[in-house]
Amino acid sequence: MRKVWTAIAVAAAVLAMPAAGAGQPRVTITYWQYFFESKVKLVDQLITQFEAQFPNIKVAHEHFPYDAYNQKVASAVPAGTGPDVVNLFYGWVPLYVDSGYLQPLPVEAFPPVQLERDYIPMIRGSKLDGKYWAIPTAVRSLALFYNADLFRAANVVRPPVTWDEFQAAAERMTARDDRGRITTMGFGIAPSGQDHHLLREVLFRQWGASPYSSNNQRVTYATDAGAEALRWYTDLITKSKVGAIDFFPGAGGYRNAFMAGRAGMIVDGSFAIAAIRRGTRAAWGVAPLPGRTVGGAPSNFGSYWVHGLTKRAQGPRRDAAIQFLKFLVSEQTQRLWLDAVGELPAYKRLVDDPRLVADPVFGPFVSALPHARATFFVDEAAQRQVLVDAVNEVVLNNRPPRQALEEAAAKEQKVLDEFWAKRKRP
Amino acid sequence: MTSGVAAASPARRGLRIGQQRALWGYAFLAIPLLFFATIRVLPAFSSLYISVHEWNIISPNRPYVGLANFHALAADPRFLRAAINTVRYVLVGIPAQMILGLGLALLLRRIVRLRGLYRALYFMPFITPIVAASWVWQWMYSQHLGPLNRILQAAGIPAQGFLRDPDQALYAVTAMVVWQYLGFQVVIFLAGLEAIPRVYYEAAEVDGATGGQLFWRITLPLLNPTLVFSIVYSTIVYLQLFTQVLNMTFQDQGGPLASTLTLVLYVYHLGFHRFRMGEAAAATAVLFVVILTITLLQMKFLSRPVEY
Amino acid sequence: MGARARIDPRTAAGYLILTAGGLVVAFPFLWMVASSLKPLAEIFDVRFLPVEPTLENYTEVLTRTQFPRWFANSLIIAAITTASVAFFDSLVGYALAKLRFPGRDLIFVLILATLMIPTEMLVIPWYIMSSANGWINTYWGIMFPGLITAFGIFLIRQFMSGVPDELLDAGRMDGVGEFGLFWRIALPQIKPAVAALCIFTFLGNWNAFLWPMIVIQTPNMRTLPVGLALFSGEAGSSWNLIMAGSALAIIPVLIVFVVLQRQIIEGIVLTGLRS
Repeated sequence: MRKVWTAIAVAAAVLAMPAAGAGQPRVTITYWQYFFESKVKLVDQLITQFEAQFPNIKVAHEHFPYDAYNQKVASAVPAGTGPDVVNLFYGWVPLYVDSGYLQPLPVEAFPPVQLERDYIPMIRGSKLDGKYWAIPTAVRSLALFYNADLFRAANVVRPPVTWDEFQAAAERMTARDDRGRITTMGFGIAPSGQDHHLLREVLFRQWGASPYSSNNQRVTYATDAGAEALRWYTDLITKSKVGAIDFFPGAGGYRNAFMAGRAGMIVDGSFAIAAIRRGTRAAWGVAPLPGRTVGGAPSNFGSYWVHGLTKRAQGPRRDAAIQFLKFLVSEQTQRLWLDAVGELPAYKRLVDDPRLVADPVFGPFVSALPHARATFFVDEAAQRQVLVDAVNEVVLNNRPPRQALEEAAAKEQKVLDEFWAKRKRP
Repeated sequence: MTSGVAAASPARRGLRIGQQRALWGYAFLAIPLLFFATIRVLPAFSSLYISVHEWNIISPNRPYVGLANFHALAADPRFLRAAINTVRYVLVGIPAQMILGLGLALLLRRIVRLRGLYRALYFMPFITPIVAASWVWQWMYSQHLGPLNRILQAAGIPAQGFLRDPDQALYAVTAMVVWQYLGFQVVIFLAGLEAIPRVYYEAAEVDGATGGQLFWRITLPLLNPTLVFSIVYSTIVYLQLFTQVLNMTFQDQGGPLASTLTLVLYVYHLGFHRFRMGEAAAATAVLFVVILTITLLQMKFLSRPVEY
Repeated sequence: MGARARIDPRTAAGYLILTAGGLVVAFPFLWMVASSLKPLAEIFDVRFLPVEPTLENYTEVLTRTQFPRWFANSLIIAAITTASVAFFDSLVGYALAKLRFPGRDLIFVLILATLMIPTEMLVIPWYIMSSANGWINTYWGIMFPGLITAFGIFLIRQFMSGVPDELLDAGRMDGVGEFGLFWRIALPQIKPAVAALCIFTFLGNWNAFLWPMIVIQTPNMRTLPVGLALFSGEAGSSWNLIMAGSALAIIPVLIVFVVLQRQIIEGIVLTGLRS
């Protein structure tokens, strides 16, 4: 009997002990991200630092395979489980916001004025209904990776500055066997890789077609200019034959082809730097994306993964989650992120760092950030499919580019209409 | 069929035994039925419920939309395409799998030496992890670098598109699926063949029956339960083809131009990539009705009572 | 049958066909193994054999990842599930084939109907159920959906229907109880089918991906397929590691197959004798 009383007394004492319990973790919050080895390791380190700084907060860090990450997060929502702080692709955010899963970032902790002062402009895409719902630690953009050995062998003296030069270089580097099968691609073409972004935000714009209306409600690329851009792109496959879709199998096959020395150039994101650095045998380099003309307006596609507060973070957990979020996007973390993960910082003043701009690998990505646009995706899977199909319609079914583009635009418009119709619904 | 005891015993006792046996039947089924009710049937009903609602998984709101999800499906050319493709997979894949599987099982049963090795060889495809197997198959089909086109060209046949050709891709994927399930099918047929008592063959051989007669008069009829199982089960599997297609066309899933898309891949994309669970559930309901109808028809027309 | 010294030409033809077919069938598998022995620099060479074969992919998989842990988790889950399926599916299959009771055929069709809902549509209800019961991130949570399968019930029912009723009636006359009839008389008759069922169930759970991926939260609970999925990331896939991991993953399934396929052969001999 006495034991029971003692136990109850101890329990009561423990319960009564507030923050004073030094070193005693009082609040546990959960952070979810996808598995990317260097990121997972860095976040583990950051959590150790954070927990030392806030001894009464404990952070559980859980990570999941990349290809199934979005499915994993979504499945946890209806069960009422899941993280307090979640890492999401920016393009998924509108859905999670409209479904009430994310909380707006508290204005006291993240004043919008300050965010807009500190961050590069791209992140304004995460502002919905006048509020910020999530913010990134790092951002990405596109650039041209080239195989310097193949450049030399093909007498290409410098990375192309215009798309005409690009095509000429690709033609020179393409090698075929006696039956006309490609053995080395001049350009590792990949509509379902990064090229659908290239088409949307770079080629369409440079050829004079703005892909969407300024309020993001209308698809506007199905014009003569857009069709010309698509024709130029598909001609790389059908006319000059400098690239072949699925030349190498699997996700990121175009990148593997580049790493194996069988693609002279690829368009890829800064997130690929680490993999390319590790796996490429030949000498390689990075150049800014070409333009339509010398000195013409540059354009680029930017994207980012954001950290957001979920509706699960309430009460003391919310306070703890806000602290952790602040820590995750701090200037110090962004610096560490660049070194450990190789992703570009999201703060203007870090991006403007002359050493970063001058870096031969990071430089072209960083210098693209001011004119990089993050497409306002409302249904990324469907919107990607539409453009991939448009390319295939031209390449496989000989459909005129204009017609393929009009069909694509009609399908994509339907997707946008459904999204906006729901938003207007009370 | 139930001759033995029931016929030999007085009618009243037989009835009591019959009732008792029925009780045993229910007792054996109790736990499994409870299991299926909670793990399969209940979720299936929740899926049916969702098919008349709009739900994106994440939102707590699920407004009722009547048959709108079904109308959306009917208006989506990808759904129609997926349905037609799925039927094609069934019509091409299952006969190939049955004929090759039975032929190989009969051959494997004839041999004595290295029997285990040969069986293992044919079982390998089924146990090779699908991600690795698909990668290798994509290399083999690779338009520019693959060995298949090299062989074709050596034989004077022009290079083919295979997975890149909308007219060929479905069959290229089917070949991979048949390759994979062959190991499964061979094991099933081997087990089925082993279950046929030897005495029948011995008796027939005494009567001077030829090999062909043995096959048509004994093997095939006595293999009926195994054949019914194989055809019905494979039809269910092929109608739900998903993983192989996903991995064989990972960059443009179900592509190019939806030429390899299956119903379940379509459902998966709707539900888990686009978060349109209502439409996904509606497509599932349609698929369910189709599979159930086909299965019942198959059971009705294929099953024969086993008579020795 | 008697003279086995001479090779009968039909048997020789059989070997020939089986060898040729076997090479074709095994080619992708052999390619996988060959790739697993290639250093990263060679993995994309379109050449079958590695120039400088190496075991470094294997050492990397085994030492730099939690592969042994994934392996152990998968083994536990596949073994327990297989035992459960072998018992329950056989029992139900027997009852549906050999016992007569009202509603039997309807129950069979209902069980069969549960096969017709794709798993992809069930994972969310399962997840909600698991969350409510505290099963998330537990072995039980990973395996509960597969503990009894309609596939196995169907398979066993078909084979049980071939077991002569006379055999059971004779047992009844000898005073064998109803469970004994199933366990001691009917089950040994269909050993090949039970062996096949065990092979398939083990393999199915060994390779299961979608549901384990959803229900597992922490690295120490990951199963093999979920762990191997980490080799496919945002910046592409580490094919050298996937090939090595896949080759390693095959070993236990192969062992299960080799052990159990002997049952498939022995099963016949016994049946033959008894009949």
